[in-house]
Amino acid sequence: MSETDDPRLRKSPLANLWRLKQYLYPYRFRLGALWTMVLLNIAAALSIPPVVGAAIDGPIADRDLDRLWAFAGLIAALGAADALLALTRRYFQTSTAMSIEADIRAALYEHLQRLHTGFHDRWQTGQLLARVTVDLGMIRRFFAGGLIFAISAVGMSTVILAQLFWIEWRLALLVAATAVPLFLIGRGFFKEFLPAARSEQDQSGEVSSAAEESALGIRAIKALGRGPLMAGRFDREADELRHRGVRKSLIASRSWSAFGAIASAGLGATLVVGAILVANGQLSLGQLTAFILLQLGLLWPIEAAGWVMAHGNEAMTAADRVYEVFDTEPDIRDRPGARTVDRSTVRGELAFEGVRYAYDDGTEVLRGVDLTVKPGETVAIAGKTGSGKTTLVSLPSRLNDPTGGRITLDGTDVRDLRLDGLRSVVTTAFEEATLFSMSVRENLALGRPDADERDVEEAVRIAQADFVHDLPYGLDTRIGEQGLSLSGGQRQRLALARAVVVKPAVLVLDDPLSALDVHTEELVEHALGQVLRDTTALVVVHRPSTVALADRVALLHGGRIEAVGGHSELLESSRAYGDVLAAEAEEVAA
Amino acid sequence: MSAHQHRHAAWRGRAEQADAERTSAELDDAEAIRELRSRSRRLLGSMMRPHRRSIALLVGILVVQNFATMAAPILVMYGIDHGIPAISERGDYSIIVGIAVAFSVTAALEYLCVRFYIAQSARVGNAMLYALRNRVFWKFQRLSIAFHERFTSGRVTARQSSDMESIREMTENGVDDLVLAAMNVVTITVVMLVIDPLLAAVSLLTFPLMLMLAKWFSRVSAIAYRKARETVAVLIVYFVESMGGIRAVQAYRREGRDREIFGRLNEDNRLAQAKGHQQNAIMSGGVRGIGHLATVVVLLFGGWQAMQGNTEIGVLTAFLLYMKRFFDPLNELVQFYNVLQSATAALEKLSGVLDERIEVPEPGEPERIERPRGELRFDEVTFYYREDEVVLPNLDLRIPGGQTIALVGATGAGKTTMAKLVSRFYDPRGGSIRLDGVDLRELTEADLRDNVVMITQENFLFNGTIAENIELGKPGASREEIVRAAEVVGAHEFIEALPEGYGTHVRKRGGRLSAGQRQLVVFARAFLADPRVLILDEATSSLDIPSERLVQRALRTILADRTAIIIAHRLSTVEIADRVVVLSEGLVTEDGPPAALVESGGNYAELHRRWEDSLV
Repeated sequence: MSETDDPRLRKSPLANLWRLKQYLYPYRFRLGALWTMVLLNIAAALSIPPVVGAAIDGPIADRDLDRLWAFAGLIAALGAADALLALTRRYFQTSTAMSIEADIRAALYEHLQRLHTGFHDRWQTGQLLARVTVDLGMIRRFFAGGLIFAISAVGMSTVILAQLFWIEWRLALLVAATAVPLFLIGRGFFKEFLPAARSEQDQSGEVSSAAEESALGIRAIKALGRGPLMAGRFDREADELRHRGVRKSLIASRSWSAFGAIASAGLGATLVVGAILVANGQLSLGQLTAFILLQLGLLWPIEAAGWVMAHGNEAMTAADRVYEVFDTEPDIRDRPGARTVDRSTVRGELAFEGVRYAYDDGTEVLRGVDLTVKPGETVAIAGKTGSGKTTLVSLPSRLNDPTGGRITLDGTDVRDLRLDGLRSVVTTAFEEATLFSMSVRENLALGRPDADERDVEEAVRIAQADFVHDLPYGLDTRIGEQGLSLSGGQRQRLALARAVVVKPAVLVLDDPLSALDVHTEELVEHALGQVLRDTTALVVVHRPSTVALADRVALLHGGRIEAVGGHSELLESSRAYGDVLAAEAEEVAA
Repeated sequence: MSAHQHRHAAWRGRAEQADAERTSAELDDAEAIRELRSRSRRLLGSMMRPHRRSIALLVGILVVQNFATMAAPILVMYGIDHGIPAISERGDYSIIVGIAVAFSVTAALEYLCVRFYIAQSARVGNAMLYALRNRVFWKFQRLSIAFHERFTSGRVTARQSSDMESIREMTENGVDDLVLAAMNVVTITVVMLVIDPLLAAVSLLTFPLMLMLAKWFSRVSAIAYRKARETVAVLIVYFVESMGGIRAVQAYRREGRDREIFGRLNEDNRLAQAKGHQQNAIMSGGVRGIGHLATVVVLLFGGWQAMQGNTEIGVLTAFLLYMKRFFDPLNELVQFYNVLQSATAALEKLSGVLDERIEVPEPGEPERIERPRGELRFDEVTFYYREDEVVLPNLDLRIPGGQTIALVGATGAGKTTMAKLVSRFYDPRGGSIRLDGVDLRELTEADLRDNVVMITQENFLFNGTIAENIELGKPGASREEIVRAAEVVGAHEFIEALPEGYGTHVRKRGGRLSAGQRQLVVFARAFLADPRVLILDEATSSLDIPSERLVQRALRTILADRTAIIIAHRLSTVEIADRVVVLSEGLVTEDGPPAALVESGGNYAELHRRWEDSLV
């Protein structure tokens, strides 16, 4: 499933390919030099056949061995120049194309980083991956191969035609006439091939997505024994890809075959007409030989035209797919005139004012949340599963923006603050702890790379994450997907420690203790209590035990804050609160 | 100490380097390279075998096409040597007309050949790729969790995307050019030898140079392309990981550092790729140079021969044409050589995956169990992930059919490990685990999974709707069954409240749902699977109290007639167990009904007291 914006607003594939010129700009001198070399290369290559023709007509016909040597020397020199030029230009051509590819890839990565989480939720990683690897590869191959080939083919054909006209204009006219059917077939090819290539590339992204998802979900698949089922699904995607691949090639087979045949037919016509002209004395044998030799030079460009056009088409659809991502504006970014914030000047008063949030399918999960968290205060958010707690706490650091109302930090709308500063002042720890493939230390210092040993140690202590010292390399042990695997509880403690290291003005914790056992939870709460004493905090809770961290509890119900108060106070006053957080013992005993 | 360090190198710096697949990038000993080559050739052979008839047909078409193309210079020669004199001397046009007809025939033949070839080769190529994709996917599915943890999901993805793409590119471009060029070389050589053996021998003098150049390139570029396959895999691993964790990246402003690292990997990949292509550029220049050299030699020698009257000018012209025909395809082929080398490197990688030993193999002669009672037995089970850190030293435990046991213990006590052993994510290093007296290793994968289902901590949702995700528990389940499962675990209510109900798309990894909701969906999925043995590994941690209560109630019904192993730090879930087993460092320290353990005053009693305190 690839996500496309309003098709009316989208530019044509050709326009998108043209837009890539901005990535060519830094290499304009190299490219200029390259294209010059391409032309020189053509000139060198094309200058050889006439010399050969002249050698046959001249020294060989005259039996002049010395002059033949001279001609041979000339051909050798031209040949050497041609070879050297070919080597140099190919060398730089691929290097340049690869630099361009790498540049676009880096820019795409940077853009993806800036895109809001909603975008990433919608797009399968495999589709993004296909754009970053396969599509950019196609673009690179076009710049390194197809485009150069096209330029040289056009250049070469022009020069050859000019020479042909110079030798014998009637024959040349005959050759030029073959361009008409070539053009017509080429036009039809373009129209059909482009959508076919696009659909194949899209499907290739689907196959990558299926592969990626099955790799990530391997435990869930194995736990249920659904390997064969997943293989069946993958098979369907792969089969679809096969069909689309074949369909695309069938389109190619219809056009390319004609190209070669037309070129051959042209050669035959030249020979027949040329022979007649020679017989009538209007053309010398050497001239005809040279003419045919030259015309043979046209065979390759024509036969390869289909291939070049296919490359061009693929590059266009690739550019189209890449720009689909580039053209998605990040929903969340710095407003013009956004202010910088920094830790030292923030008091930490956080206020939600009439905050609404609707998913893009229209479901409104927050319907006017009003809540003020005073500097240094800790407020717990309670609510049923799916009541929007996680959404609510994703708003202060602008991981999402509200669809209505506003959130202020010390009275300023958070959207008027620079993102970079905001996110260092407001730090969020998620329930699902994402650890990256790097050392424990680096994972902990993620939000504050300048954290020293003491900060890290303290955070480890607060989160009861002392197990890190028992890892094979202590804090230097590599964890995450490419490293040592940790249990859910261990991961969660590290995620908590990571948030604590930042020492932010506002700490947002999304059910940070859910995977901990009671004993550890108690210890963490105790230690965390000290940190929270002078930090503004918003804590999502599921358990009465976690509520102990908070000064006040806010109940999120029906998209609003229905009640705010102390735990026992709310237990008495609010039925809904009781439903959510009443002690579970009685139920179990019942 | 150093041995210790060596063993753990995996967890320091780069991920594990041990498997053959990865080190091949830096291979330099000839023996290993030969092994790698033959492995990938075997793979290629096995890919082509089912299509050998089609491939033979394709080669046949190319032979015909080759002759059609080859006819042109002969016709030209014939036209010049005989057609022209016939007209000028006798006014006889019949020869030239004959040539015109012949040209039309060859053009038509060429058209048909090319058309049929492209269509047919696309069918064969895509069918081969399709089969390979499925083979690789299935292999990855069968490889153990231990393998996946080592290999990482990014690499699994890289093998199936970027490596496949390299091979696709090869099947799509230029295999015909390769075959044609080879035939070209042969036919032209033969034709030249027939026309004028001496001149032919001289023309071919440069050919050994060509071979030397090709050999050099194939040697050096194989190294470069292997390296490039690896750098792109590392790039993909990083891309997948950092995009998967984008929320954390943004929340902790890791963008800058990520860009830096990605930039470096991007650069490594660029340099590795460029290397192969630059070597290719050298070859390309070389081939052209040799081609020109050949022209000079033919012109000189042939010209001299013509002067001596030993050969005709027409013959010389034909030779010069042939030289061009000989080298032009080779010039183009050099470009394809790139693609070929890259695909070869990719094939090497994939053949490595396909040759990977399956650590949790299927039994050769499986035992069948019909309707098992669900009795589980750990017999002297030992297990470790790393040799120096034994997780289960020697575990004996019998769980009678239908019993629900709760595993309790600190992090690292071995609870999850036990669950993974019962689900056969790993096999025990010593001892055995038996279901109704049958060693798990003797069961087929399908039998095992029908009977034993684990709900893991990760609550993984697949791309698709909620209904589809629940249906995974029992493929083909009706909507009623799905709704029923959701109702039982208490997920129905929230699902119905979503705008599209069961048809709501969960988004990537279930991003549309909250953690608790995901857990409920996973629960419904497991309920639908209806296994004899159910394992819940921390499966309720994200639930709030009302949901947990519902699940609790459901569990009593669900677990009533099944064997269950529950791992939970919330004792509320433990309460429903018939029996509690307390683990400490892989050993059973307490074992008995919950009430009895509370009374006995051991560790469990202490845990229980704390938990009760926490409820207030």
